[in-house]
Amino acid sequence: MSPLQVIFILVSAITLGAALMVVTTRNMVRAALWLVLTLFGVAILFVLLEAGFFAVAQVIIYIGAIAILMIFAIMLTRRIAHDPGPQINATWPIAAVIALVVFGLIVFFVQGWGKAASQPAPFPAGFDPLRELGVALVSANQYLIPFEIASILLLAALIGAIVIAWDKK
Amino acid sequence: MTTETIIWLIPLPPLLAFFLIVLFTNRYRGVSHTIAIGAAFLSWLGSMVVFLRAIQIHEFGKHPFQSSIPWLPLGESWFSIGVLIDPLGAATLFFVAWTILMIFIYSVGYHNYGQPEGDHDRKGLPPHGATVIDQHGHKHKVPSIEPMYSRFFAFIGLFAFGMYLLVVSDNLLTLFVGWEIMGLCSYLLIGFWYGKPSARAAMIKAFITTRVGDVFMLLGIAYLYSQTGTLNYRAILYNQEVLDTLASTPSYVAGLSAAALIGILLFIGTVGKSAQFPLHVWLPDAMEGPTPVSAMIHAATMVSAGVYMVIRIFPLLSAGSHHGALTAPMIILSIIGAGTALFAATIAVAQNDIKRVLAYSTISQLGYMVAALGIGAYIAAAFHLITHAFFKALLFLGSGSVIHGMEHGVLHTDDHVDPQNMLNMGGLRKKMPITFWTFLIGGFALSGFPLVTAGFWSKDEILADAFGHAHYGVFITLALAALLTAFYTMRQITLTFLGEPRSKAAEHAQETPWTMTIPLIILAVFAVSAGWVGIPEHFPVIGGLIPNWFHEFVGETLLEKPKGVEFNPIPLLTSILVALGGLYGGWMVYRNLKAGEIDPLEKTLGPIYLVLKNKYYFDELYHLIFIRPSIWISEVFTYLWIDRKIIDGVLHLVADVSIKVGAFLRNYIDKPVVNGSGDLVANVTKEGGRSLRVIQTGRIQQYLIMALFGFIALSGLFYFIIQRMGMQ
Amino acid sequence: MIPLSWYLIFAAALFCIGLFGVLSRRNAVAILMGVELMLNAVNVNLLAFWRYLTFEKMAGQVFAVIVFAVAASEVAVGLALVISVYRRRQSIVADDINLLKY
Repeated sequence: MSPLQVIFILVSAITLGAALMVVTTRNMVRAALWLVLTLFGVAILFVLLEAGFFAVAQVIIYIGAIAILMIFAIMLTRRIAHDPGPQINATWPIAAVIALVVFGLIVFFVQGWGKAASQPAPFPAGFDPLRELGVALVSANQYLIPFEIASILLLAALIGAIVIAWDKK
Repeated sequence: MTTETIIWLIPLPPLLAFFLIVLFTNRYRGVSHTIAIGAAFLSWLGSMVVFLRAIQIHEFGKHPFQSSIPWLPLGESWFSIGVLIDPLGAATLFFVAWTILMIFIYSVGYHNYGQPEGDHDRKGLPPHGATVIDQHGHKHKVPSIEPMYSRFFAFIGLFAFGMYLLVVSDNLLTLFVGWEIMGLCSYLLIGFWYGKPSARAAMIKAFITTRVGDVFMLLGIAYLYSQTGTLNYRAILYNQEVLDTLASTPSYVAGLSAAALIGILLFIGTVGKSAQFPLHVWLPDAMEGPTPVSAMIHAATMVSAGVYMVIRIFPLLSAGSHHGALTAPMIILSIIGAGTALFAATIAVAQNDIKRVLAYSTISQLGYMVAALGIGAYIAAAFHLITHAFFKALLFLGSGSVIHGMEHGVLHTDDHVDPQNMLNMGGLRKKMPITFWTFLIGGFALSGFPLVTAGFWSKDEILADAFGHAHYGVFITLALAALLTAFYTMRQITLTFLGEPRSKAAEHAQETPWTMTIPLIILAVFAVSAGWVGIPEHFPVIGGLIPNWFHEFVGETLLEKPKGVEFNPIPLLTSILVALGGLYGGWMVYRNLKAGEIDPLEKTLGPIYLVLKNKYYFDELYHLIFIRPSIWISEVFTYLWIDRKIIDGVLHLVADVSIKVGAFLRNYIDKPVVNGSGDLVANVTKEGGRSLRVIQTGRIQQYLIMALFGFIALSGLFYFIIQRMGMQ
Repeated sequence: MIPLSWYLIFAAALFCIGLFGVLSRRNAVAILMGVELMLNAVNVNLLAFWRYLTFEKMAGQVFAVIVFAVAASEVAVGLALVISVYRRRQSIVADDINLLKY
């Protein structure tokens, strides 16, 4: 067991534990905070995958924007957040069963797949994934168009969010 | 121009006149009558030329004018038609041309050409007079012009064409064509004033009665054609072999030979056309037409055509007779002819309408001709045909003149009496002298006044023949008929012209214009002189002075020229006696009849008079036997029973069945099955939808659960398929 | 050192936890949190595949970038909707938002 593997197991355990807490906590603020922890764990995993950019992007976008947004939303719908009623609805057993079955399926498929046990190849010299990503995102013959469309999507979402949440009083 | 060409052209001018008037000049009255009279004149001219040339030819009977063209292709051979003028034809052509021309000229005056249009005149009704205002402001009613003036001339033009065609033909087919054209024209002209219901009934009666005769005649023609293969006169009637063959071929009908049967069938056509008993009923009713029509039909042309035809086929009728014995058709002719002559004469005695008397007189005289032919007196029959045409035409035109004069009186005095009833007339000899004298001549000719009238010579010859060949039954019947003829003729003349006027209209009668009186005068000349061409050779005193040209000439028509009969004083005395006796009797009885008095004959005969006046009730009999059953068959049997009940019944049944089948299909198959299955599908879908829609709870999480169920199932399936593919 | 399968299994577990959260939570915001977890699991998957199998091509990374963008916009709009619904109905219980039922 190499140190990398140990770190991996540790981080993934924490992350999964936090995720479980997210979906089971009664208190919404606590759920949001558990979500933050989960997202952190995922960011560390990104680091392990040598996708440093994504780790940072994860922290900035997900934790810095999305999780905060969730906390805002929770705050704004506060009265109900204190609702002592059950936070789990009546069909949770079926949901649990399904989740487990899906997990089992995926694991089964993964195990049956030949390349699952492959090891990462080291980066060649001078290979900068971030630089390559940047080039790919703005090259006309690579992924320029999806990039631009993503920006339009964000614009649309922006406008949409404003319009939907507009208080027409 | 060769004679044959002229003969071909003779019938054409009147036909052309008909078409021109009908198509172009109907509105121009003067032009129409000019065209018509011009056409009649042209045909007259042609006929005279042909006649004059014919009488100059020696043994004309053996070398007649003939010309034919092949007309109808019949397989290997052709049916030819053409023209033939032999002696009989030439003589007939002579009188036909003269009488037709006289009648055409007469019609101009008769229909009041030059008079103003009537006040209330309508087409289809006789003209009723026009009111004119003279220079003093007095209103007079004068005769008005016939509204359908041109139409009349068109029709008589067609009529003339038919007659000329019949006379010049050389075969029975074109004779029949001319025959039928005249039948059509008689229909059109009898019903000329179609607005009168009596005229309409009369025109149909005439057409249908003659049609009965025509059917049998056509059968005879067909039978003749089937036996001989031709209808040409010269080929059949002038050919002893053909006649002998026909006489010896049995026809399997009543033991008659083929010749006899053909003769009888053709004679039935004459019975219809020349109004012999029993098909005589149409002729008196035909007086509904204008008087020139009566003259044309009943004197000059149509009835003469019937007798002409039967004279023409005399060789056929007498075929097979040995030594002058009468064959079966000849016996039938004698009986019918003599019987009709007496029968019609008895009816004529009791008629009061001036034209009816003449109508029955015509029937009677035609009976004379038929009877003469029946006893074999060929020449006598032809002679009487010709003389009768002249004096009967004269008498009819004269009666028309009388009626015109009476109508003038009626209009003048507003005394609305029937201008045709002799009981309203009287003393007209002073008012209408020309009419009187010509009518007198015609009447004497009809009665057979001795020596100076044509009728005497022809009638005497018939009686002489009858007596001379010992046909005493025919002789006595004809003598009696002659007595009655003289009686009723003098009755007619006395009532009309002699004595005092019996009504105001008669007092104011007027002589008719020259267009009407000139033809009367010309015909009167013929009525006197036509007889002198046929004076028998053995006649006391004058016989032999003038050769019996007629006998010589017309006798040539037959293969064997008939011999003249030996002179016998008995028939001569008989005919003089009956003529003078009848005339005297008629004058005596009626000369003092006053207005309003009953006919003396009526007083003496009582109920018999009523029978005679009603024509022996034959019209009523025919109505009972033929007309009512026909009407019953058409109205009840055919219309009600067959047409309405059976045919319509079948149709209604089909309709009902169709509707019922349709309703059944609709209610039991269409609605439940077709509609039902459609509705079933819809309902099942609806119910299925209703029960399934509970899935849609609106809750996203449940939707998601269901989606994941599906996902799991699909992935399992997918996996197994891939596994199987991997294994294989 | 770390086999690919470990990452994949981890991602699967995270995904299923997120799935459970989506299916069983009452609060609408909690559901959205579950969705976030699922999206993160996807991202992990993508980047794992990128690193282990085709790190020369940038397709995996670009995909992950897009997923980021999508997640962000989706959360924004989703929360705007939740707030709007809350204003209307004074409730953010997902079960109560059932107007599209039969």
